[in-house]
Amino acid sequence: MWTLPLLIFLATVVLAIPLGSYLAGIFDGRVRALCWFRGVERRLDTGPQNWKQYALALLTFNVAIFIVGFAILALQPLLPLNPDDKGMLSPTTIFSTLCSFLSNTNLQHYSGEVHLSYFSQLFFVCWMQFITPAIGLCALVAIIRGLRGDAHMGNFYVDLWRGVIYVFLPLSLILAVPLIASGVPMTLEGNIQVRTLDPGAMGVGADGQPTLLQIIARGPVAAILAIKQLGTNGGGFFGANCCHPFENPNAWSNFLSCSAILLAPMSCLVMFGKMLNNLRHAAVIFGVMFVLSATTVVWAIYHDAMQPNPALIAHSERTYQIPDPATESGLRTITLPAVAGLPVDQELGNLEGKELRFGTSAGAAWAAFTTNTSNGSVNCMHDSLNPLAGLAPLAGMWLNCIWGGVGVGLINFLIYLVVGVFLAGLMVGRTPEYLGKKVEAREMKLAMLALLIHPLMILGPTGLFAATDWGIKSMNNPGAHGFSEVLYEFSSASANNGSGFEGLADTYGFNDDSANPSQPAPYAPLWDIACGLVMIICRFIPIIAPLAIAGSLAAKKPTPFTAGTMRTDTATFGFVLLGTILLVGALLFLPAAVLGPIAEHLGPIPFGG
Amino acid sequence: MPQTVYIAPYVQGPSPEELKLTRRASRRSGLFAPHLLKAAFKQSLVMLRPDIQWKNPVMFVVEVGTVLTAVFTVARLLGNFSHISLEYLIALDVWLLATVLFANFATALAEARGKAQADTLRKTRRETPAIRFRRYESDNPRLLSGAKIDRNVLESIASTELKANDVILVEAGQVIPGDGEVIEGVASVDESAITGESAPVIREAGGDHSGVTGGTRVLSDRIVVRITAGAGKSFLDRMIALVEGAIRQRTPNEIALSLVLSAFTLIFLIVTAALWPMALNAELYMKDYLGAAEPVKGLGTDVPTLVALLVCLIPTTIGALLAAIGIAGMDRALRANILAKSGKAVEVAGDVDTLLLDKTGTITVGNRKATQFIPLDGYSAAELGQLAALASVADQTPEGKSIVDLHQKLPLNGQHGPRSTSPALLEASIPSGARFIEFTAQTRMSGIDLPDGRQIRKGAPDAIIRNVEQNDGLIPSRLTQQVAEVASKGATPLLVCEGNRLAGMIVLEDILKPGMRDRFERLRRMGLRTVMVTGDNPLTAKAIAEQAGVDDYIAQATPEAKLAYIRKEQAGGKLVAMMGDGTNDAPALAQADVGVAMNSGTQAAKEAGNMVDLDSDPTKLIEVVEIGKQLLMTRGALTTFSIANDLAKYFAIVPALFAATLPWLKPFDIMNLHSATSAILSAVIFNAIIIPLLIPIALKGVRYRPVGADALLRRNLLIWGLGGVIVPFAGIKLIDLLLAGLNLV
Repeated sequence: MWTLPLLIFLATVVLAIPLGSYLAGIFDGRVRALCWFRGVERRLDTGPQNWKQYALALLTFNVAIFIVGFAILALQPLLPLNPDDKGMLSPTTIFSTLCSFLSNTNLQHYSGEVHLSYFSQLFFVCWMQFITPAIGLCALVAIIRGLRGDAHMGNFYVDLWRGVIYVFLPLSLILAVPLIASGVPMTLEGNIQVRTLDPGAMGVGADGQPTLLQIIARGPVAAILAIKQLGTNGGGFFGANCCHPFENPNAWSNFLSCSAILLAPMSCLVMFGKMLNNLRHAAVIFGVMFVLSATTVVWAIYHDAMQPNPALIAHSERTYQIPDPATESGLRTITLPAVAGLPVDQELGNLEGKELRFGTSAGAAWAAFTTNTSNGSVNCMHDSLNPLAGLAPLAGMWLNCIWGGVGVGLINFLIYLVVGVFLAGLMVGRTPEYLGKKVEAREMKLAMLALLIHPLMILGPTGLFAATDWGIKSMNNPGAHGFSEVLYEFSSASANNGSGFEGLADTYGFNDDSANPSQPAPYAPLWDIACGLVMIICRFIPIIAPLAIAGSLAAKKPTPFTAGTMRTDTATFGFVLLGTILLVGALLFLPAAVLGPIAEHLGPIPFGG
Repeated sequence: MPQTVYIAPYVQGPSPEELKLTRRASRRSGLFAPHLLKAAFKQSLVMLRPDIQWKNPVMFVVEVGTVLTAVFTVARLLGNFSHISLEYLIALDVWLLATVLFANFATALAEARGKAQADTLRKTRRETPAIRFRRYESDNPRLLSGAKIDRNVLESIASTELKANDVILVEAGQVIPGDGEVIEGVASVDESAITGESAPVIREAGGDHSGVTGGTRVLSDRIVVRITAGAGKSFLDRMIALVEGAIRQRTPNEIALSLVLSAFTLIFLIVTAALWPMALNAELYMKDYLGAAEPVKGLGTDVPTLVALLVCLIPTTIGALLAAIGIAGMDRALRANILAKSGKAVEVAGDVDTLLLDKTGTITVGNRKATQFIPLDGYSAAELGQLAALASVADQTPEGKSIVDLHQKLPLNGQHGPRSTSPALLEASIPSGARFIEFTAQTRMSGIDLPDGRQIRKGAPDAIIRNVEQNDGLIPSRLTQQVAEVASKGATPLLVCEGNRLAGMIVLEDILKPGMRDRFERLRRMGLRTVMVTGDNPLTAKAIAEQAGVDDYIAQATPEAKLAYIRKEQAGGKLVAMMGDGTNDAPALAQADVGVAMNSGTQAAKEAGNMVDLDSDPTKLIEVVEIGKQLLMTRGALTTFSIANDLAKYFAIVPALFAATLPWLKPFDIMNLHSATSAILSAVIFNAIIIPLLIPIALKGVRYRPVGADALLRRNLLIWGLGGVIVPFAGIKLIDLLLAGLNLV
């Protein structure tokens, strides 16, 4: 039960320490590349940039790849490497997919093997999956340079080159080899049709005769899988993501993938400590992240793998009285009927939606890890998690700073840190300071902006969709569970996570209705647009605002460290951070959590499925 | 021609005793003196005006919420059907209004206290007549001799007509009409109106005690004063404006904090606003689930209840008290007799890293005293004492006087017998024709040439040694060692010679103030470096620095050396505080981040600093730092408390919101409150009454303890963070029990 998460965690820590040092070496220019690469670096180097120039370069580059990405997706039918003749996607699907990959979210309102050609998979999905985490890494590196008071924030293009070529490319190559060895396909050949042993196993054809053929999708999966996990991308080659046997064949690939999910964000923290030359401070942050991470993992496993599925067990009759002015007494009695349990052995917890080949706790552990980081790949159906277990991935996305996405996770953490420093700093009787720089009105304005955008983009659209047909008619299950589906979708979009609770009708698919294997969901365009906007807003504001904070801190004169300075490398400060994150970050979502998972858990059976 | 005596008009105004009493009274009056409460209550109603309330965004949101709730209450009153009981709506509205009023009251009370201070000060500013010289020439009247003054050169005008650079005459019993500098004469002045200190102080022309403040009273003698600040610009005027207007100039940290509070308000506005459609979703589903004809209505879609939730979640506690904390900080400074020229100066004081402290008066008691005569070269101690005393007769410096004192006190076997000589006798023993040699910076010695040809000199060791050598005298080989020995003990050696013969050494010693070592240790734990500034030689300075336990010292300090030291510290990012009085301190005072000028000091010093210490007490600097730290700490503590409170409020309100729609959420109501409405009312009431309960803390400030930042943080986190989590659980439950017990819900 606990061996898998423990092993994953240990293995990742062991790997993250050298990788983090390597990252620090690369971005500080201490680790030097081959001479040919250095030549490219020199060509790319447009000179030192201040925070504004850096942010502008970052945004400009994103606009450029948005345009290129749009061209690739829009021209899918005309481009090569399309053995299965995939048509053109609907405009809103293209928009949401573009926003999704641009923002490193990889929330998929399409199904990879159904809707995308190999060209789109390789030159849009895979390409974006290399570039966007590197952009997050660049932002973090620039912020670190600002925090330590460098004269300038480096050069975005050089940083991006280093991030993609020296970090993610070799890492992906290394990871892809054992993945291929464990059975992940890597081919450009089209789908294959096989004759099933059991005629009719694939249903009945249009002519009423049992279908004999099964279409098995395949493609360049291993290439995408490696970077998808390493770059906290999460967008799968297949719609079923890492539940699909070709994307996650066995326990080994599961272990490797899960560890790869955590590796880069954790290495970012090591790099942070090395670049600031303040490993103790990084260790405190590590401690806080670990406590939060461990809590979500333990919570998920306990409530999913060690508790029965509440829908299958017996419930006694319950009565409640609620006020109802329509009746004479002003009260109405609600009776929840007794429910008999199903004769199912629930020794191993809730098994619905799990891939048992990975082990019993693998689904819950992955669900926690993938939402701690902003990865978003899944190896079980999050929709099927026990209601309370489902709180773990939700909480991970609400906080969005436990390990987090490559670069951006730590940036999000720094926002909480600045708020914590501000409040706690005052309590020691000094103007708050972080790393020797005074935190004043300008920094707080930016930090609060970055902090505010996340709840706004989750709760606002959730409220909008939950109260209208847009959401209500798209829910697979009514009531609290359906509400959780909506809440999860926007949490995933806002956190740039990309995992899906599923159960929402949000896929439109091909522009040509008849080409779709199933009817387009009626409200899919609205979901596409809403999620697309949320993803873009929640990607760039929390990157630009902290960049501006770092720029403004960098320009300040450092204040010397005295006994009166609040230390940021002690356990006390760890508690400050933990308190800030829980009180300022988590509490905001308590009402939503109560209406979703908690109401579902405490409610009657059947209640919202 | 008979000289007319100019008769000073009788001064109308409160007597010093009267003033002292009012001042003391205002100081003693507790936080909740009845007249202050009354004024504050009135003002808190006035502040409900939207254009005033707007300045406090957090409370403005509460006010808008109150109005919104009132609208719903009226609609319900007019028969608009609603499932919400009218009593509940009215109670909600009353308590929301109370929240705003409590907040306004806190600010108004702090302001009222400031105004009370200002009024006391204003009493001293009454119009007083001023006697101005029409034309002033320095040798015009001989004031010191007490000669009568020609009426023709004087005119009487109102103090309000005074301009800068006017020269006025102030006589015993008169109130000084404006700030200025004594340019002639010496007088004892009662400054109790400003400082509250009853002992009169001496103000004299030249030197560092020439500044006089308008509103103070000359007790004896008369002085000629050059006015430095015209009417309306005096020190007192600025002080009054500052105390009264404290709220209108917010400090940088206060601005940053109110920004954070506004952002939190916005965040919670998002949370509550989004809750309405979410609750609607639950209600719609429950309608289907129960098969009801009517939608199942809960409190989750009731706007007044959501307003209540919003008000409970936004940081009203700190939002209500923030202005009061700032005003109270200024007030505390004023009560400590420190006049800050801006609130920012007080705030910066909390950040100070380095304190520059004058040795004299701060670390040591007054001036150095001669404690020992060490004879040399065949002289006896008595002879040496006699020579030293002779050399010092004309020396009016405290050191010089102390040498004469020592000579007289020593039970010597000399000619004059023990303890028998008085200064007069000593002076009488000086033969006529003796010539006093004054101290100059070049010779660095002083003394007397007696008519019998004896040349007695005393001075710095190197100067005397040079003098003896130039006159072919002999220098004992042990001398340098002896000099060094004395110096290394923190004492200052002076040598005395008679012609080319060395007579011996006078030991001048500093007397350390008691308890300073502990005080510096405290400062060190606070993270402050203390630097002793002294004119002593490095060896002596080092010894005293070690004895006193300061971190560093500036020896042989000149104004330039001080300025350079401050610049050096600031270049390292440190904030420096210093205290000074003389004109030559002005550049350093201006350069320091916190420059405290002594009220007794020159006008230039007072202009340059950003605070003035009315008591002229050099140890005040430490108090200034503590007030600054207390100010910031109080803000941080109450903000943390305010935000930590939210946890309990969520647990009280959220299950109540859905009690009617999702009754199975009851287990989430861990406080097990009486009913949905009582849960919400309890939370709102707790949120309201915590404001007045915390007013005393806002005004007095969270106690600052001189421990390290870490210990301080731990302590405050426990009290205000953990306390902030726990207290509202208890408070809300208690209020709920009370409401239920009294059958109010």
